[in-house]
Amino acid sequence: MKILYFAWVRSTIGKGMDQLDGKPEGVQTVADLLDWLSGQGEGYSKALEKRDRIRVAINQDFAEPDATLNDGDEVALFPPVTGG
Amino acid sequence: MSGSLTAPLKSLSVQEEDFDVGAELKALTAGRTEVGAVCNFVGLVRDISGPDADHVSAMTLEHYPGMTEKQLSALIDKACERWPLSGCRIIHRYGRLLPGDQIVMVITTSRHREAAFESCHYLMDWLKTRAPFWKLEEDDQGQGNWVDAREEDDLARARWDKAAPSDKTQS
Repeated sequence: MKILYFAWVRSTIGKGMDQLDGKPEGVQTVADLLDWLSGQGEGYSKALEKRDRIRVAINQDFAEPDATLNDGDEVALFPPVTGG
Repeated sequence: MSGSLTAPLKSLSVQEEDFDVGAELKALTAGRTEVGAVCNFVGLVRDISGPDADHVSAMTLEHYPGMTEKQLSALIDKACERWPLSGCRIIHRYGRLLPGDQIVMVITTSRHREAAFESCHYLMDWLKTRAPFWKLEEDDQGQGNWVDAREEDDLARARWDKAAPSDKTQS
């Protein structure tokens, strides 16, 4: 599983991507993944502190917290978008 | 919904370089003599930001390559299903831009003006809330500040849901 970070989520975590060997143990949904990532270090816990400020995409489509993850998914975490 | 005899021209560019609006308008209407209406929106970098009108000296647009194209392409398809368009083109830039620079352009063409006006507005309202771009503003000291999303943008997008209950959001 590939996890991408953008904007202040990226700068707070300190890197743009994590490559995992499948899903972490016990992770089934987007919400599970955010919980797991929050325990991976200070940058992660700080970036993911306020969940309502985090948007998630699975395979480049927006996803809700209860969406199910698969081993080979490309997951992305980022703030609400501000383009245009 | 009928309106155009030939399939609409759909086109999308996500690019670092600037664009020429006049050339883009010509390209989208060349040989399409059924077109009676062209609507065009261009967004520029402002030199002020937020409720306190803070001065902005530059802006860097970050995006999610791949998802940007996927989301914008789906938006163009939705607009072409909803309105009888002859053509639809979106250009969105990324990278470091200065006040006055062009950021985004939408062109819609149709036989009559309503479809061109409405679809152009629809595309901009949706793009603001669905295309994965993020603005980092630089102040005069070179300090970078990530721009917060505006609730008004969600409300602007939501009015298109009311107009057509069948037109559901993607998530």
